[in-house]
Amino acid sequence: MTEHQPVTNPVGNQSRSAGSTTPPEDEAVAMLGIVKRFGPVIANDNISFVANKGEVHALVGENGAGKSTLMSILAGLYRPDAGEVRIGGSPVHFKSPGDAIAAGIGMVYQNFMLVDSFTVAENVVLGLPAGGFGLRLDETEAKLVDYGNRYGLGIDPKATIWQLSVGEQQRVEIIRLLIRGATTLVFDEPTAVLTPQESADLIRTLRALAAEGFCVIFISHKLDEVAAVADRITVLRHGAVVDTVKASATNRRELARMMVGRELAGALLADAELDRRRIGDVALTVNDLSATSDKRLPALRSVSFEIRAGETLGIAGVAGNGQRELAEAITGLRTATSGTVCLGATDITNAHPRTIARSGVAHVPEDRLGTGLVGTLDLASNAILRTYRRNPIARGPLLMKRAVTRFTDRLLADYEVNPANHAARLRDLSGGNQQKLLIARELAGEPAAIVAVHPTRGVDVGASEAIHGVLRAQRTRGAATLLISEDLDELIALCDRIAVMYEGELMGTVTPQGADAETLGLMMAGTRLDAIQEAVCA
Amino acid sequence: MSAPATTTPPPPVRGWRLERVSKPSIAAQILVPIASIVAALVVGGAIMLFAGENPLSVYREMFDGAFGSNYRRSETLVKMIPLLLTGLGVAVAFRMQLWNIGAEGQFYFGAVFATWVALYGFADSGAWIVIPAMMVGGMLGGALWGGIPGVLRGYLGVNETITSLMLNYVAILFASWLVHGPWRNPDGFGFPGTEIFAAATYLPTWGTTRVHLGLVFGLVAAVILSFVLQRTRWGYEISIAGNSERVAKYAGMATGRNMVIVMLVSGGLAGLAGMSELAGIGHSLQRELSPGYGYTAIIVAWLGRLNPFGIILVAFLLAGLLVGGEQIQLSLGLPSAVAPMLQGIILFFLLGGDLLTLYRIVRVSATGAAS
Repeated sequence: MTEHQPVTNPVGNQSRSAGSTTPPEDEAVAMLGIVKRFGPVIANDNISFVANKGEVHALVGENGAGKSTLMSILAGLYRPDAGEVRIGGSPVHFKSPGDAIAAGIGMVYQNFMLVDSFTVAENVVLGLPAGGFGLRLDETEAKLVDYGNRYGLGIDPKATIWQLSVGEQQRVEIIRLLIRGATTLVFDEPTAVLTPQESADLIRTLRALAAEGFCVIFISHKLDEVAAVADRITVLRHGAVVDTVKASATNRRELARMMVGRELAGALLADAELDRRRIGDVALTVNDLSATSDKRLPALRSVSFEIRAGETLGIAGVAGNGQRELAEAITGLRTATSGTVCLGATDITNAHPRTIARSGVAHVPEDRLGTGLVGTLDLASNAILRTYRRNPIARGPLLMKRAVTRFTDRLLADYEVNPANHAARLRDLSGGNQQKLLIARELAGEPAAIVAVHPTRGVDVGASEAIHGVLRAQRTRGAATLLISEDLDELIALCDRIAVMYEGELMGTVTPQGADAETLGLMMAGTRLDAIQEAVCA
Repeated sequence: MSAPATTTPPPPVRGWRLERVSKPSIAAQILVPIASIVAALVVGGAIMLFAGENPLSVYREMFDGAFGSNYRRSETLVKMIPLLLTGLGVAVAFRMQLWNIGAEGQFYFGAVFATWVALYGFADSGAWIVIPAMMVGGMLGGALWGGIPGVLRGYLGVNETITSLMLNYVAILFASWLVHGPWRNPDGFGFPGTEIFAAATYLPTWGTTRVHLGLVFGLVAAVILSFVLQRTRWGYEISIAGNSERVAKYAGMATGRNMVIVMLVSGGLAGLAGMSELAGIGHSLQRELSPGYGYTAIIVAWLGRLNPFGIILVAFLLAGLLVGGEQIQLSLGLPSAVAPMLQGIILFFLLGGDLLTLYRIVRVSATGAAS
């Protein structure tokens, strides 16, 4: 979907074995022999990584491979225990993020550092060094337009941030860094929050920036994207560099193998489980359901669907199109303003969340640490969140400690959570293990229906395969699953039908066999399925 | 803007930096508070030295004043009672991340209710009736005063820090109005204060000391609280809600109701402190019933790490500091402000010490990075 044409692409002339000899001319960032320990954990084990001016350099690896730590060192947030960082050939020692910014390092995080109620220009001015009392907004606005035209980052300088789409906000972040004089731009999974169209725009922008001589470092899990945008790719695994390769000389499969250390287990292949399960009666019925967002704006508009026992319905769409509201309205965390939710024949619309959970609806929420789990408490406290009122965990008002630990230990063992220590603090677990515990807890009662929102987001490949396995097993068992995800591969692998949500409405439903990226992409951007089909026929 | 970080050769880096440790070590958890107190005494000593006193003799005198004889130890226990009860009350609220700084007002409102019981409600009853009635009255008064911010926060989302603080002034001024006006002792020579309560209201004391039954209230409350927080479903709900309100909502816990209950308990304990101070020591409602126990309670709760048993220990030590502070005022003529000053310095160092258990200081040397 993107034409890949490195313009002034300086891929040659890399001293791969980056030594301490005179650095090459076009070296933008060199991190040599970086070691970073957190207590007993080695996050970066002698990592060497060189990114050049004029290239898009992708950094790929599973969660916990050390990408974020490495980039935090580059951003001046951490100091390496050993190793050298060079910017433009000169060694640097960042004492703070301010030093890194001054050295031309610009970070684009997933959560934008923008003030919602300010305009674009005001946000840009915020990051500039103070120069007298005047804000020089006019000057900044002119610059904004200029940069926008040069790099395909068009944006209205007078627009207020909250009015902008996520993709537009991201552009503001990029322009802001450019105006501040960044020469190296680091993107942390930038497309995770974008529509396919916005992603394509971003990729064009990144290529344009590289063509102008900027160094672009691109962190991602998504191998398709990496192949589309990168000149070179550095793969990290377990805190060490596996290899740095040219994008033109590799393929998705090879990258996946380097990342995981094994071939991906063919998650996309049809699974044998499908044949063995039986589709039962309608288990979850959502009829004409509407709800409002936290800002009390309509977020969910007359959504209807049915899911049978043993069936999985996927909801695709860019985050923020009502998916969270849908999940919350079903599970009782959000008041439905109209419509009904039925579990089997029982109406559970706007019932108490605990009642809904107990009647057999599991909920894997989208932000596990914000909603589903408490990071500061131990695993046992997190494990009993659904069962703490029931025998044998509780007897009357009392909590039975022994039953709590027995229950927790069983969940940890069954779902291979590591460490399997009920007294460990949840926050000390990796994202994958946290999610496994959450899923273990939610599925412990063999729920009739499962509402899973981004169940594998931010989870490493190993854990996400395990989670997919669990969801398949639940399907075989006869659970009706609503799987809300942004990961199309995941939806295609797990769902019987995929519906696309846009601005709180369902744009249409397709089968995984009939789903092609273009149709899904168009629906995610707001075109109804019937309109697409009409266009095809016409 | 210049970019010092990029210049060559690199500036000699001799910096210090804080780095979060994943798990504070047990040794650090024990040693750091001790080191903090020592450091606080050293700094406090330096100030005394500056004021022309020998800090060692001041400290000896203070220690002696607080723990040097049976009588002095008993006086320390007497001061410990209100600190313990209010400290426990504040800690319950803090556990749920409710910043109840209204213990002082809750203390006074409890005392006001207990006074009404003693003077009007059950004036002619025997001890077995009037004392329990005063306890109930004290707890009700405190709970009412804690419950107001609780309801406002739990159901309307009003910031409890501000409401609980403001209600302190209301309660203190209300008590003041009562003792100046309608409840003033007609035989009190015009001094503000109610008449002396009947002897039946006096809490039993331990031997010839002034240590009264309130100590038992405090110790029992600590044990009950510890049990409830650790071993009950409700305690579990409080710990979940105290760590993440959203998780509590996700699990279907009645967070608003729990907030109200927590504030009722918190205020009730402060009210019980007011009652026991009244029935054990004061025997009449005065404006000066509390020299700020409700505020010191915040320090007690915090230093005791919100743990009921830790709070017992801290309440005792801080009471010693207060009694010792009075002693040096008497024997050395030092201003009594020395004790609160030390209290402040200790708190400062302990909170600073917290940082050292959660973070470690890393020295960044120039070696290892360059060449």
